[in-house]
Amino acid sequence: MKLKLATVALSALMAAGPALADLVIPDLSYRTGPYAAGGIPFSDGYNDYFTLLNERDGGIGGVPIRMVECETGYNTEKGVECYEATKGEGALVYQPLSTGITYQLIPKVTADDIPLHTMGYGRTSAKNGDVFSHTFNYPANYWDGASGAINYLLEENGGDLSGKKIALVYHNSAYGKEPIRTLEELSKKHGFELVALPVDHPGQEQKSQWLQIRRDRPDYVLMWGWGVMNQVAVQEAANIRFPMENFIGIWWSGSENDVLPAGEAANGYKALTFHNVGTDFPVFEDLQKHVVDAGKAAGAGDQVGTVLYNRGLYAAVLAAEAIKKAQEISGNAEITPSEMRAGMEALEMTEEKMAELGLANFGPTFSVSCENHGGDALVGVTQWDAANKTWTLISDFKPTDGDVIGALIDEDSAAYAAENNIEGRC
Amino acid sequence: MFYREAGDFKTSYTDDSQTFPIKFDRYRYYVVLAVAFGIIPFVINDYWANALLLPFLIYAIAAIGLNILVGYCGQVSLGTGGFMAVGAYACYKLMTSFPDVSMFIHVILAGGITAIVGVLFGLPSLRIKGFYLAVATLAAQFFLVWLFNRVPWFYNYSASGQINAPERDVFGIIITGPNAPAWATYMFCLIFLAVSALIARNLTRGTTGRTWMAIRDMDIAAEIIGVNPLKAKMSAFAVSSFFIGIAGALFFAVYLGAVEVGEVFGIQKSFLVLFMIIIGGLGSIFGSFAGAAFLVLLPVVLKVVGVDVLGWPTDIVAHLQLVIVGALIIMFLILEPHGLAQLWRVAKEKLRLWPFPH
Repeated sequence: MKLKLATVALSALMAAGPALADLVIPDLSYRTGPYAAGGIPFSDGYNDYFTLLNERDGGIGGVPIRMVECETGYNTEKGVECYEATKGEGALVYQPLSTGITYQLIPKVTADDIPLHTMGYGRTSAKNGDVFSHTFNYPANYWDGASGAINYLLEENGGDLSGKKIALVYHNSAYGKEPIRTLEELSKKHGFELVALPVDHPGQEQKSQWLQIRRDRPDYVLMWGWGVMNQVAVQEAANIRFPMENFIGIWWSGSENDVLPAGEAANGYKALTFHNVGTDFPVFEDLQKHVVDAGKAAGAGDQVGTVLYNRGLYAAVLAAEAIKKAQEISGNAEITPSEMRAGMEALEMTEEKMAELGLANFGPTFSVSCENHGGDALVGVTQWDAANKTWTLISDFKPTDGDVIGALIDEDSAAYAAENNIEGRC
Repeated sequence: MFYREAGDFKTSYTDDSQTFPIKFDRYRYYVVLAVAFGIIPFVINDYWANALLLPFLIYAIAAIGLNILVGYCGQVSLGTGGFMAVGAYACYKLMTSFPDVSMFIHVILAGGITAIVGVLFGLPSLRIKGFYLAVATLAAQFFLVWLFNRVPWFYNYSASGQINAPERDVFGIIITGPNAPAWATYMFCLIFLAVSALIARNLTRGTTGRTWMAIRDMDIAAEIIGVNPLKAKMSAFAVSSFFIGIAGALFFAVYLGAVEVGEVFGIQKSFLVLFMIIIGGLGSIFGSFAGAAFLVLLPVVLKVVGVDVLGWPTDIVAHLQLVIVGALIIMFLILEPHGLAQLWRVAKEKLRLWPFPH
């Protein structure tokens, strides 16, 4: 009872907060728990870019941005709590960085009329905007990733993968299971053999999976891992002397955290990506000047330029551009979540726009429409150089197999629409 | 002063053996019911429902269920998460197979299915005891989670292996899905909790409960005085799993709406519910409520104080939360090993004598 009273008192205090006259961006981050190594840099990048806009430009369209951070610990229950706690503040867009939380939020945001941006994660079929009105997953999704990896391997093998054996090491969760269906279709189309090896949360125990890889000798290994699972997999691959250049991770398995523990042995490991790496872009000078040197960086401020920091930054860039678009469409500087959704649906990223932002060639060009919430699905490949401790883009952003993916997306979203009685709206 | 038995006369055996024989206690109970049913539904909002009240109500049902098994019958179980998963998946399969049937029936059927599964996994308890039984139930936990991950039939062959609760109603009021109003979901869970608590309380006061407690206190002696251990243990597993199954079904269908079995119903869930009944008080229905409230509300309160009031960084608050909750658990176990329920009993004793203690 006492606890209840205390909560009543505290929430009353919360509710009596100041009146809002800014753009509210909630940051459902995870800086604790087994996935913190991935959550921290992403959240830092996300926060820092908005801080930069506040410091340098005074916000977007003259309205300052207010970040509301909420710790989820990659836990769905806490994610729900965070969502409910922040949505009342006028949150413009949610980016939970967790496929599990995304599945919780897809129906909720649709009912509450708030857009959800799941950049490179979440439910792949959300690309079909006809069914998923409030969920966006541009610029690329898991099935693009699967197809991008296969396309890259096709290129390596002169367009023929028949008779090859490809193993998929995946996180045994909704996230890890996503690519299986696409890979199965692609294996039928290109004639390679697919071996799927699940790894249970959190992924520290992978001896048996890698023993099987050692026995089966697949030509290539793909990985859908996150958190500590990645480092362990790279180390195990090194232990069985699997050639690193034949080991390709999804974009969530391709950060510095994943390869540094294995040291020299990780040299040559590849990962997919939908944005560029490094700090060789003009915007980083501004970040250094206005945010880092001013002591306003989020977290410890030591993540600038890492792969996941760049991804968080890119997520913030796309959100900021969508806000601009929304302001342009609605004519108000202080937009509502509903106007934000319209802005995201009309978003168009061109090379000129990226250059203007100081991010030339940082990410692929794409445009969003009512039917297509997933962008143009361009996927690149990066490779780790252990000696210089850097990732480099070795294959530029290239299109993926739209025929196979499109059919699968139609099938899955139609099932969702039937299950939830959703009618097409485009 | 407050807890006066003096002048509180009973003229019939029924009066004398009611759940709350002291008048003040009884009125307090009516007030709590009146507030829960009559006031909260009118003032509730989404945040209160989804962040605090729904998890509290649902965990309380699970804690009552586990308390029957562990607290009343003395059979240690670490399979709570797995049994909750059975309830959730049973509810999902029923919801998707029979969309026109009322949610009440689905949830109760899900509890029934869990009871059957619980009895199956409870069978070893006839031969093994204590830690060994804990290990056997731990096996149930891992097996069930593995099963729901492995067999696509359970998740209707969806690409991600997730289960999503479609929109379902009770008498035309939407209970599941995102459009369900906060008061409806709250009332739905509250009704289940109130009925579960009533059933559990009366079961534990009657013959069934006495046989459970006899088995708990000394199974050989209980057998000698004529308690059938097979019947007692199996009924404890069945009733306990029934409540846990209901909790699992509500957890999935009403509270979360989408579930991934390994994450939501993992071993942590088993421990969490076990902690609830240990902190709340083994062998006490009130203890189940107190333990659930403690472990659901405390982290949220700490978060609100740390982040929203004091403005500390979220990661520091999250770490502090672990430290404080852990320290409080240890403190409670040292200072009051019988849990919050015993604390409440001691407070009542004191109030009875107040203001003139001898």
